[in-house]
Amino acid sequence: MKSMFLGGILAASLVIAACSDDSASDDTLDGGGEPGAITLVAYDSFPTADTALNAALDQFSDDTGIDVSVVIAGDTGTMVTKAVLTAGNPEGDVMWGVDNTWLSAAVTGGVFEGEPSKVDFGDVCVNYDVAWFSERQLDPPVTLDDLLLPQYADLLVVQNPGTSSPGLAFLLATVAHAGEAGWQQYWTALRANGVEVVDSWSVAYYERFSGAAGSEGDKPLVVSYGSSPPAEVVFADPPRTDAPTGVSSGTCFRQEEYAGVLRGSDQPAEAAQLVEFLLSPAFQQELPLTLFVYPANPTVLLPDVFTQFAVVPAEPLTLDPALIAANREQWQDQWTEIVLR
Amino acid sequence: MPALAAGPAIGLALFYLWPLGTLLARVVQPGSVADALDAPGLGRVLWFTLWQALASTVLTVAVGFAPAYLLARYRFLGRRALLALVTVPFMLPTVVVGAAFLALLPQSWHGTARAVVVAHVFFNIAVVVRLVGAMWAVLPTDLTAAARTLGASPAQVLRHVVLPLLRPALAAAATVVFLFTFTSFGAVKLLGGAANPTLEVEIARRATQLGDVDGAAVLSLLQLVVLAVLVWWSARWQRRAAHPFTGASGARRPRSIRERRMVLGGAVLTALVMVTPLIVLVSRSFRLGGRWSFHAWRTLGSAEVRPGVSLGVDPLASLVTSLRFAVVASAISVCIGGVAALAIATARRRGRWLDVGLMLPLGTSAVTIGLGMLITFDTPPFDWRASWWLIPLGHALVATPFVVRALLPLLRSIPPEQRDAAATLGASPLRAWVAIDLRRIALPLLASSGLAAAISLGEFGATTFLTRAGRDTMPIAIARLLGRAGEVPRAQGFALASILLVATAVIIGVAERQGVLDARGS
Repeated sequence: MKSMFLGGILAASLVIAACSDDSASDDTLDGGGEPGAITLVAYDSFPTADTALNAALDQFSDDTGIDVSVVIAGDTGTMVTKAVLTAGNPEGDVMWGVDNTWLSAAVTGGVFEGEPSKVDFGDVCVNYDVAWFSERQLDPPVTLDDLLLPQYADLLVVQNPGTSSPGLAFLLATVAHAGEAGWQQYWTALRANGVEVVDSWSVAYYERFSGAAGSEGDKPLVVSYGSSPPAEVVFADPPRTDAPTGVSSGTCFRQEEYAGVLRGSDQPAEAAQLVEFLLSPAFQQELPLTLFVYPANPTVLLPDVFTQFAVVPAEPLTLDPALIAANREQWQDQWTEIVLR
Repeated sequence: MPALAAGPAIGLALFYLWPLGTLLARVVQPGSVADALDAPGLGRVLWFTLWQALASTVLTVAVGFAPAYLLARYRFLGRRALLALVTVPFMLPTVVVGAAFLALLPQSWHGTARAVVVAHVFFNIAVVVRLVGAMWAVLPTDLTAAARTLGASPAQVLRHVVLPLLRPALAAAATVVFLFTFTSFGAVKLLGGAANPTLEVEIARRATQLGDVDGAAVLSLLQLVVLAVLVWWSARWQRRAAHPFTGASGARRPRSIRERRMVLGGAVLTALVMVTPLIVLVSRSFRLGGRWSFHAWRTLGSAEVRPGVSLGVDPLASLVTSLRFAVVASAISVCIGGVAALAIATARRRGRWLDVGLMLPLGTSAVTIGLGMLITFDTPPFDWRASWWLIPLGHALVATPFVVRALLPLLRSIPPEQRDAAATLGASPLRAWVAIDLRRIALPLLASSGLAAAISLGEFGATTFLTRAGRDTMPIAIARLLGRAGEVPRAQGFALASILLVATAVIIGVAERQGVLDARGS
């Protein structure tokens, strides 16, 4: 029995050795550690290395002596959920990328120290397959009401607002458009007109939509981003000079992203300095071609591919963040009853 | 054997029970249980979760039975490759194989429960082949030979000799498959469409789309209770059904022409079914602009896709990160799993607690564990929440039950008289353990370290809910590439998935040299 116990100890210490061995060599990663090093908490599409954004952050470190490490907290919803749970004892010092559908939850959850700043924006819009519509000499839809017309029956694929953030944005677009009293009716009509629902953006865009290069789908209309057409151009091979997709400008819901100092950061001064840098042209100018969003700083010039192929609607649909926070769950449940049952 | 059980039990308590308990204590309010259980549509979710899991389990066991037999009992050219091929889909992230699967299934199947069940069979066939096969490989051949000599038909031998002896492994495989399909997330989201959520999808939706951690935790607890009851019952049943046996066993070459035809036909059919989605996956990395192209592969190593434009995904760095995590995760799960299997096998009744306990993380929603760790490991000396090693540790939580499952039937098949004889002959318990137990599990232990490493390589769910610092793992990098518009990143995602596929296959192939299925009886 004694030797069995020793065996157990041996195994346990092996495990500990396996862990501690490497941890000694890599100690950079915890938030709020040594002075002069701060942690930027971000959503999962934020790059951790190799891009122009990371190079700009490195430049900030060189100029100020403040090292910045990036920590990925999951998608936006997961990131905010985590931040609310850890409010006051945060995982890092600055948070990047809380959007307007989550802003109210984050602010009332006491996540931020002071007011967060708007850092970028973009739109969720219906995208169309340019070739499909021109082959049929049919005008693509422009507004949300167009989508209810018989010539667009069975053409649209959208995402479930319960599982996908562009799906939620599109639901919010319809609420902003048809009103809190009328959106259910809009969706009843959209369902009658043959809308297809899938769970994720990538299935909608790459498996069901026909317009994305390399897609296998047969639906010429999809809910995606206003910046998807320039992405199609930038990431095409062989290179192309025209976008295979276009944007229905009357269907766009505005998404704004915010960044701010986390309450409980042990280096609030350095954190505030970083937020200031995130708003500066040096950082903002790298946003379009890395995150495919628009810089909030109006002095920054956009790359050509953006001015050429992206659509920024003059009057995008919007909703008050507090209204979204108060009704999100109820709207999703009602939507499920109307569209999926 | 309480002393031996202490190590795994402490690990489980520290990294699983404590975070889970902290989360439940923090977020669950009085009345919220009633609220969460009263949510609209929950009954529908539960019903779908249950029936698709049952259907998937029955079908997987039925379909996996024949390849398990072939691979355990016969030696033939390409056997190890076939075994690796069967195992690869189980190890790859669902997001990748799911995308290939979508391309193969007819459009009318998209978004249906049928598609989910078929995909579940494909993903989980490895569990049946490996767990049932491991047992089958050590079944003494003289038992079946004796039955044949006494005039039993092959069907009678199967029914009265083989099946009863395999029962513990069949039950173990069915339990694992049920656990996996009951808690299925990726396959359901990709293939099942929006109308068919499982409980796991609903838990993630509550936590990450509504910020309703309270409701998510209650549902997570509900799921855990359902699965704990099942695992408890199954562990009891496996123990009762276990028969000690000794005798010559192992695989042999097919002898008669009929046998050769059967083996060839079975192997080719299995290979075709398993390889087709993987070929689709690899071929997608070569398709750009409607033609064949190496562009995605050529640009895979470079940070820039276009001058000044980078995706921030370094495939080679992600490979290194993943391999490093795999080594750590495999070391942890083999130590903990090996010790735990010994403790469970020798402890008889009370060992079941540990057995069930180690299975619990498989039945717990990844988002719950992730959030629990976040709020538990947040103050010194336990301020570990952004430590890199929490990720391989999370992988080890997932992989350990497989190590236990792989070893336990083998340990239980050791007749207790052997240990008694060793003791009578004056061997210390340790000496007896080395001479008898360790000898039987040494090679399977090596093989299960490969299994654990492969599980770590492909792990996606838990990793996404743990906070990550530094480089991405391969599955995360793939999801990043597949999650954005543009054809080149997508093709690169499939190229990276192809690398992951090969890495997984190589690791399994190497581990197979020592082979679970080659393990001989003592």
